[in-house]
Amino acid sequence: MKKLIIAALLVMMIVPAFVFAGGQQEESTAVAAAEPVVFKYHNGAEPESLDPAVIEGVPEHSIYMALFEGLVTYDPESLDAIPGVAESWEVSDDGLTWTFYLRNNAVWSDGSAITAQQFVDSWLRFLAPETAAVYAYLPGMVIKGAAEYNAGEAGPEAVAIRALDDHTFQFDLTGPAPYVLGMLSHYAFAVVPLHTIEEFGDAWTRPGNIVSNGPFNLKSWTPQDKLIVEKSETYWDKDAVKLDEIVFYPIDDTNTATNMYLNGEIDLLTDTPPNQLDKMKLDDGYITNATFITYYYKVNQTKAPFNDARVRKALGMAIDRQELVDKVTRGGQFPAYGITPPLPGLYPAVVAFEEDFDEARALLAEAGYPNGEGFPETTILYNTSEGHKNIAQYVQQKWAEVLNIEVQIENQEWATYLDNMQHQNFDIARSGWQGDYVDPNTFLTDLLHSESGNNDGRYASAEFDALLAKAATMPGGQERLDVLAEAEQLAIGEDMGCIPFYYYNTANWIDLDEWGGWYPTVQDIHPWKAIYKK
Amino acid sequence: MSKFIIRRALGLIPTMLIIITVCFFLIRVAPGGPFSSEKKIPPQIMKNIEAKYHLDEPLVMQYGRYVVNVIRGDLGPSYKYKDYDVNYYIGEGLPKSLLLGTLSILLALILGMAAGMFSALRQNTWVDYTWMSFAVVGISVPTFVLGPILMFIFSINLKWLPVAGWLDEYGVAALVLPVVTLFYQYFATIARLSRASFLEAIRSDYVRTAKAKGLKTSYIMMKHVLKGASLPVVSYLGPAFSGIITGSIVVEQIFRVPGLGRHFVQSAFNRDYTMIMGTVIVYSLILVIMNFLVDVLYGYLDPRISYS
Repeated sequence: MKKLIIAALLVMMIVPAFVFAGGQQEESTAVAAAEPVVFKYHNGAEPESLDPAVIEGVPEHSIYMALFEGLVTYDPESLDAIPGVAESWEVSDDGLTWTFYLRNNAVWSDGSAITAQQFVDSWLRFLAPETAAVYAYLPGMVIKGAAEYNAGEAGPEAVAIRALDDHTFQFDLTGPAPYVLGMLSHYAFAVVPLHTIEEFGDAWTRPGNIVSNGPFNLKSWTPQDKLIVEKSETYWDKDAVKLDEIVFYPIDDTNTATNMYLNGEIDLLTDTPPNQLDKMKLDDGYITNATFITYYYKVNQTKAPFNDARVRKALGMAIDRQELVDKVTRGGQFPAYGITPPLPGLYPAVVAFEEDFDEARALLAEAGYPNGEGFPETTILYNTSEGHKNIAQYVQQKWAEVLNIEVQIENQEWATYLDNMQHQNFDIARSGWQGDYVDPNTFLTDLLHSESGNNDGRYASAEFDALLAKAATMPGGQERLDVLAEAEQLAIGEDMGCIPFYYYNTANWIDLDEWGGWYPTVQDIHPWKAIYKK
Repeated sequence: MSKFIIRRALGLIPTMLIIITVCFFLIRVAPGGPFSSEKKIPPQIMKNIEAKYHLDEPLVMQYGRYVVNVIRGDLGPSYKYKDYDVNYYIGEGLPKSLLLGTLSILLALILGMAAGMFSALRQNTWVDYTWMSFAVVGISVPTFVLGPILMFIFSINLKWLPVAGWLDEYGVAALVLPVVTLFYQYFATIARLSRASFLEAIRSDYVRTAKAKGLKTSYIMMKHVLKGASLPVVSYLGPAFSGIITGSIVVEQIFRVPGLGRHFVQSAFNRDYTMIMGTVIVYSLILVIMNFLVDVLYGYLDPRISYS
C-alpha cells in the first residue's frame, strides 16, 4: 500500500513537470536569442476596455498611452503638450480657433494614413449620444457645439471641428480656455481607426483585430493575467522608442504586487498596503512627489444643520491636518486648506482658512449648538477601506474632543456608497478628486459649481458661479488665476462648500539605476515612449 | 439503477432554473447599478447606456430575454469589461480554476487517505500524533494566512518559486504554492475523517476474521478496509470539490491565478449583472453535478444502499 501511494504520488508530480518543463525550455531559448527589453508594470486593475471612447480609469489610461497618440502627447518630465500626430499648431488672436498641422508620416499600424477627417470623425464618434462616453464632458466643456451634440440637443454639424485638408485640422472653442492644449493628450481627444471599427464592430479592440497609432502595438491580452504590447514598426518616431515590450499586470492585491516587486517580477510598483508602507519607504526605489489629487469630505447642504456655513466651517476648523498626515495617513501627504492642489509655477495652494479650535466652538455656538448641545445625529459615510476608516475615526475623535459632538462612522461597499452619495442620502461623505487636466478649473468647476453633476454636497453660491463664469471668458495669465483663487477663497474660506483634508502624493517604486526616462510628475503620468533601460 | 440516474439528472433542471430566477431578481435589489461611477454620468447618457443593454425594459421582460439566451448558451455581454462577453471570460478562467482545484483535491485525497490510514494503523504512536497535529494546523490556519506565509518563505526569502504568475511564465513552478495553499485545509479534513473511519473498520468483525485467517495486513487493508472506510470521504468529496473551486478565490487573488474565482467576487462589487449570473450558473452547475455523482458513487461503494 505504502509503495503504491508513493508511486502514484511520484507519477502525479513528475508527469506534469515534464510536460510543462518541455514547453518552458523552448521558450527560454527563444528569449535568449533576441534579448528584448521588457518593462513589467503593476497596472492596478483589469482594463475594462481598450476603446478610448469607453474607458475612464487610470489602468486603461496607461495602456492608452502605449497604443494610441492624439494630436499632442505628454512631455515625460513636465507633462506639457508636445507634438504627437500634429507636428505644429497655431491659435487665432482671440484664442478661440486652433489649427493643427498633421505630420505626413503618421500612419496606423496597418500602414494606412491618418487624416484630419479621421480626427473629425473620431471626435464625433466620441461625442455621439449613443457612444455614451463618460468623459464626453471634457470636449463638451471647451469645444463649441460639443455639449449640445452630446446631449442630443443638436446634430453633429453643430460641433465646430473641421478638416481643412488631409493634414489640417481646426476647431473653435466656447471661450479662451488656456488649458485646452494640455487637455488634448487625454483619450477624450483620441483618433481611432474607424475603418477597423467598421469592420469588426465591438470586437475591434481584440488582439488580431486592433489597429493603433501609438508607439506600441497590442501583442496579446489574457484577461486577469496580463496584457502585452510590443514596439510598433510603423510609428512615426519609432527610433525614439527604446522598450521592445511592456507587460501590464492587473494586480488588485497590493500585498502580492509588493512581493512581486521585491522578488524582481515587476519593474514598477504603484501601490503598497498601509501596513507595509513604513518598510517600503526604506526601499531604494521609493519615489514620492506631490500630485494633483485632493482628499476631502462632502457635506450634504440640502439638509440642516449642514446648510449653515457656520456649522460647516466649525467642522472644517476642528481638525488638526498636520497631525492627521503625520500620525494617521503617514504617507507624506500635504495638509490642505483649499481644494486645488498646488501647481508649481502656475497656481500656489490657496490657504483659505486656518484651523482654530476656539473659533470653531464659537461658530458652532453661534449656529445654535453651544458646546455641541442639541447637535443632530450625524454619520460620516465612507467606502470600505482600512485607510478611510482610520481617517474617519480620527475625525470622529477630533470632533468629539473639540466640538463635543458625537458622530457615527459607517462604511459601505463602493456601488452602494456611490448610490447613496449621488442621491444625497448622506450627512458627510469622504471623497477624493483627481484633476483631469492641469488647471484649477478641474477642481473648482467640477466639484463646486452649483450645476456640476459631481457636486454631491449641493454647494450653491451665485457669487462663486459668477466668478467662474468670469474666469471662463478671460485669456490665460495671472489675472485669470487670481479670479480663480478668489473663487476658491470664497467657496472654501467663507462657505466651506466641502471640507478639504490633504493633497495626495504619489508613491512609486522603480529602480532608476536600471531604468531611465521615468520622472516623478504632478499627474503621476509617465509616457512609455521615453522609458529606456540604462 | 439507470432509472435512478435519469430521474436524478432530470431533477437538475428545475434546481438550476430556481437558482437562476432567485439570483436574477436578488441582484437587482442591491443599490447602485453596473454603470455607477464616481464621475456622475448625465441622465441623457445614462438613458443611452441603459437602452443599449435593454436595462430600460420591465424586469420581467429582461428576465425572459435572459433565460432564453442562457438556454441558447449565450450568457450575454459583461457590463464592466466591455470588449468581451461573459462566455469568453468563463471560457478563459474556468479551466484554470478547474486545474488548480482538481490538482488540489487529488493531492488532498491521496495524502489525506494515506495519513488517515497510517494514523489508524499506528494509533496513539508518534506517527499518529505527527499526522494529526499536522492536520489540526491545516484545519485551523485559513488560506489567506497560509498563502502569504508560504510566499514569504519560498519566494521572497529562498527565491525558489515565483510570487505570482501562471504556467506560461513560470511553468509548473507557478502551481506549487497555490496548490499547496489550497490543498492543505482539505487534506487535513480528509485525514481526520478517514482516520476515524479506518479505525472503525479495523475493529470490525470481518477484519478480525480476515486476520484470524492469517491474511497479510496490506491485503486486508486494500481488499476489505479501504472500500468501507472511504464512504465518509466520498460523501465529503462532493461539496469539497465545489468548495475548492469556489473557495479558490482567495488563493487566486494572492497568487494572481487568472481563474474564474475573482470574477465571482468582483462582479458582485461591480454590479456586473450578467457576469454575476454567469459565474453563479457555472458554480451551481458544478455543485449539483458533484452531488449527483456522489449519490451515484455511493450505490457502488455501499452494498446496503440500493436505488431500485
